[in-house]
Amino acid sequence: MQPGRRLCLFRSRLCALCLPCLCAVPALAQGPQATPSILAPASTPAHEIYNLSLFVLLITGSIFAVVAGLLAYVVVRFRARGPDAEHEPPQIYGSTQVELAWTVIPVLIVVVLFLTTARIIFAIQDAPEPKSALDVTVIGHQFWWEFRYPKLNIVTANELHIPASTRGAPEPTYLHLLSADVDHSFWVPQLAGKTDLIPNHPNEMWLDPRAPGLYVGQCAQFCGVEHAKMLIRVYVDTPQQFDSWAENQQRLAVDDSAALAGREVFESQACVNCHTIVGTPAHGTFGPDLTHLMSRATIGAGAAANTPENLHAWIEDPGTFKPGALMPAMQLSNQQVNELVAYLSTLH
Amino acid sequence: MADHTLPIPGAITAAPSRGAALLEWLHGWVVTVDHKRLGILYVVYAIFFLLVAGAEALAMRIQLAIPGNHFVGPETYNELFTMHGTTMVFLVGMPILFGFANYLVPLMVGARDMAFPRLNAFSFWLTAFGGLLLYFSFIGGFGLYGMGNAPDVGWFAYAPLTAKAFSPGHNTDYWALSLIVMGFGTLGTAINIIATTLSMRCRGMTLFRMPLFVWLMLVVSGLTLITITPLTAAQIMLLIDRYVGGHFFDTQSGGSAVVWIHFFWIFGHPEVYVLVMPAFGIASEIIPVFSRKAIFGYPAMVAASVGIAFVSLGVWAHHMFTVGMTSVGNAFFVLSTMMVGIPTGIKIFNWLATMWGGKIRFATPMLFATGFLFQFLIAGLTGIMLSVAPWDWQLHNSYFVIAHFHYVLVGGIVFCIFAAIYYWYPKATGRMLSETLGHWHFWLFLIGFHITFDTMHLVGILGMPRSIYTYEADRGWNTLNMIISAGGMIQGIAVLIFAWNLIDSFLHGKEAGNDPWDAWTLEWSTPSPPPAYNFGADPVVRSRRPLWDLKHPNDPDWKYEQ
Repeated sequence: MQPGRRLCLFRSRLCALCLPCLCAVPALAQGPQATPSILAPASTPAHEIYNLSLFVLLITGSIFAVVAGLLAYVVVRFRARGPDAEHEPPQIYGSTQVELAWTVIPVLIVVVLFLTTARIIFAIQDAPEPKSALDVTVIGHQFWWEFRYPKLNIVTANELHIPASTRGAPEPTYLHLLSADVDHSFWVPQLAGKTDLIPNHPNEMWLDPRAPGLYVGQCAQFCGVEHAKMLIRVYVDTPQQFDSWAENQQRLAVDDSAALAGREVFESQACVNCHTIVGTPAHGTFGPDLTHLMSRATIGAGAAANTPENLHAWIEDPGTFKPGALMPAMQLSNQQVNELVAYLSTLH
Repeated sequence: MADHTLPIPGAITAAPSRGAALLEWLHGWVVTVDHKRLGILYVVYAIFFLLVAGAEALAMRIQLAIPGNHFVGPETYNELFTMHGTTMVFLVGMPILFGFANYLVPLMVGARDMAFPRLNAFSFWLTAFGGLLLYFSFIGGFGLYGMGNAPDVGWFAYAPLTAKAFSPGHNTDYWALSLIVMGFGTLGTAINIIATTLSMRCRGMTLFRMPLFVWLMLVVSGLTLITITPLTAAQIMLLIDRYVGGHFFDTQSGGSAVVWIHFFWIFGHPEVYVLVMPAFGIASEIIPVFSRKAIFGYPAMVAASVGIAFVSLGVWAHHMFTVGMTSVGNAFFVLSTMMVGIPTGIKIFNWLATMWGGKIRFATPMLFATGFLFQFLIAGLTGIMLSVAPWDWQLHNSYFVIAHFHYVLVGGIVFCIFAAIYYWYPKATGRMLSETLGHWHFWLFLIGFHITFDTMHLVGILGMPRSIYTYEADRGWNTLNMIISAGGMIQGIAVLIFAWNLIDSFLHGKEAGNDPWDAWTLEWSTPSPPPAYNFGADPVVRSRRPLWDLKHPNDPDWKYEQ
């Protein structure tokens, strides 16, 4: 019976060790493109953190192997067995030499870990901003993101476009983080660690992704009812793509006479109190800028895909996708909503 | 004296009716000032809320099992995680550990009660009513529609989400008030434990002969006095903001959200050690007895405990690496946090050395204590990972952090609490808990624990943040979340087995006798359950293991201890 039990304990330890590895396999198979994994860094800060984490993992892993190995050995070797169990084992009260050894060794490990960590902190946090950098002001709102490009005179929401930064012509993006209401946190794991957006406490972070593509993330500081649906999409464009995107964003809103009815609904209802459409009387700032709504893939900070059907449902009642969103259901007639969707669909 | 006339035996003739006897029994428990009864009240109260907060956790896990689930809405989910966290820390962790301290400290130091028995009862009832106040919010904290509305701002309640503008209604007030009330109860108990340890020890029980559990509770009580104060201060400031027009944390009037974060974690991080150090004490009692050896390096264990308490007061801002401190500030808190690893490492090595060369009996308490050692090792190592500030910029507020602190709180503390209940239940009730059910409980809980929390580390590394009520289907988190939820259910079943074991063994368990584990500290020298006066004669001790000396007159400890 006893060897069997021992085996049982050993097996459970083995399971505890292997389980994480086994679980990781299906997770990675589900499409690494959409998974915001910190193990797939695509920007210098994320890379530096990744390399540091491998080093720390190596050290902590070795400590684990030694100590867990000792524990397993002790559990197997020193369990009471047989009739001799009646006699007490020799009593040992301590040993200064041994205790000194296992105090000094951890001290040395801490020194090494601290120095390595400090180097990376300074490298990332105190990196000077180059002249070529792109500045973006990120403003957190309940429950969406506002992105302002002061030098380019662009305002957009929820989907951040930045140029890829190449080794020859580095063009990192510096994000200046502000909040309009409560605490939020900007986290796109493949590009950088997170930094909080705190009212009255401006923060800063930077990214310099090399490979164009879409990187996803979301708010990482609990900010209220719809914290879960405050998603971020970062499009890293080639310089040409970025320039043409910026050029389009700088234009006034499209004035399509076919959608005049919808525009009238928009401007006669409360929409204008919260939303801006540049080139029209709509100047609200509580909600996302809609000037180039159609250039975005999602609505409601990633709550739904940007299709006419979803827009219709969203305007009827934002709670359909995002219960707790601060935009009210405006009680419009079906006709009015249809006209609104037709108007919004022209805002490329 | 007139007050002290003895009752005349013949005068009591009529036996009280059944109903009256029940009332008498209830009255006895309500008005008691006996440290043992108060200890049991604390533990029963905490186990009740353990079941409540466990149910809240399972509701969250059902919601997260699949993406886009509609089991609960966002408002309810936010209430669930706020209440789960607040309950587990303030209504389960603190009361159960202070309950053990109440029950054990006087018995272990050979005293007849705590230093201030009435303060003791007062503290318990404050804590109890504080808990009821928190849960009353479900019906009393009216929201927009006049319906019940529990706190929903997270157990950390970061400003300015708690300001009137963002948190109307009364739910945040219930949260703040109940924490203030419970805080005063906790302070009373901490003062009581310090006074008891310093002034009620029996003859021969010098400070360096106290059982380690008593040492740890002394350190924890000192730490409590320091850490509860900023929490209470912050809650009062919050209420001033909400009702008297203060602007401490009101950012719209120039207040500071960061100050709240500092206040909260100056309390919050030492609080983790307030919870975990009694667990260290429990492990330090159980591991030697079941290894049949004296604790290895007692002076180093005491020094490490005091060291952890000191260092723990200087690490709070490692919760704030993403708040935007200076690089030097970040580096400072990296170093202080890593330094906690040194005394903690000493403790783990000393426990291993205690087991080394022993004859280990794997009864249920020792199974849980061994599980604690293994999990606490991992929790410590993931703690080192999180102390690496740049890595924390990634891991902070992700499920990796959730996994890490549940490894500490469940894998470490709850395992020790279970070990303690299996170990001291015979002393408190006179009956043994069933070993068969105990083994089922242990293995199911261990398996469920690892399925849930090992997997949680991974989903955090894959970018899943905490406090979200749902997630996108295309993020690669679906399978992992399903596994986590399944593990949660297994733990739920294990806890139900445990609850059944508590009830069934109370009625039908094997008689325990004075000393079922062949242990060495003073509480095992009295009958089980101990009489109201604890010891018939004041004990006299000459070493750290008085019962060992009695059992081995030829080979007593006092000959060898340094």
